[in-house]
Amino acid sequence: MRSIGYLLIGIFFGIVMFKSEAASWFRIYEMFQFQSFHMYGIIGSALVLGVIGVQIIKRKNLKNFFGQRITFIPKEKSFSRYMYGGIIFGLGWALAGACPGPIFTLIGAGFMPILIVFAGSLLGTFLYGLLRKKLPH
Amino acid sequence: MEWIFEPWPWYVAGPLIAFIMFLLIFIGKGFGMSSNLRTLCTLCGADSKSDFFDFDWKSQRWNLIVVVGAIIGGFIGANFLSNDLSVAINPDTITDLKELGFNSAGEAYLPTELFTWEAVGGVKALIILLIGGILIGFGARYAGGCTSGHAISGLSNLQLPSLIAVIGFFIGGLVMVHLLFPLIF
Repeated sequence: MRSIGYLLIGIFFGIVMFKSEAASWFRIYEMFQFQSFHMYGIIGSALVLGVIGVQIIKRKNLKNFFGQRITFIPKEKSFSRYMYGGIIFGLGWALAGACPGPIFTLIGAGFMPILIVFAGSLLGTFLYGLLRKKLPH
Repeated sequence: MEWIFEPWPWYVAGPLIAFIMFLLIFIGKGFGMSSNLRTLCTLCGADSKSDFFDFDWKSQRWNLIVVVGAIIGGFIGANFLSNDLSVAINPDTITDLKELGFNSAGEAYLPTELFTWEAVGGVKALIILLIGGILIGFGARYAGGCTSGHAISGLSNLQLPSLIAVIGFFIGGLVMVHLLFPLIF
């Protein structure tokens, strides 16, 4: 039963990514050229509602659908891993024009060369796993 | 209902993404896509090469189901909910892209110069897509999240690490588009 819920959420997410054109290479390029408000509007409006919602959950101690209190795990404090990792991710995001969610959406949409990006992202994740202990975190 | 078949504006898409994040929170989970890449590495046997992949992948099974959904959603969006797949980007952007050799700008969903088998056969596009993917996978795991985990979930919870990561995303993206694209294309 829960699996169907996850599947429906994923389908909805995939449709939103595709129809909002957040999965379009062109939109990502346009965003990094500051030539359209579109992507900033998507991320910004999600964020404004996200911040408000999280504050409400925290202040009202809301419970989830299963009656458990909702907790947010704070991210580990550091600078280097977020900055270096972020820059590397950003280089790839702009070059391939897709972030991990849209990679999956584009597979479904039938743009099959995205499978090369997908294979690369698995390889990159694997390389991180191998090199992790040698990298500054 | 005709609007459904048009591209969805930001003020529809953004709130829907926030809604998806809250659905996942209220179902006891969290919104983050790139962690699935780690789970898939584990499923491919990477746990024998690095303890980073040695974790209980079944705890992430739910997120893999979300991914299957995201694939199906892409299929539905492209095949049943769109009349015209071209992306109407800024005319100035189209001019810039045509100068770089992207003649499909303004006429396609993805540049045909990169995302067709014909283009990939020219090897250059293949290398670009592969390196792009490697950077995405490596960077997302190094930074501990991607656009969904940091830019949406992390910043919604006012996490400083996520702000640092998102600043990094933009430094990387701007360097790629403004400094490296003229050299690559």
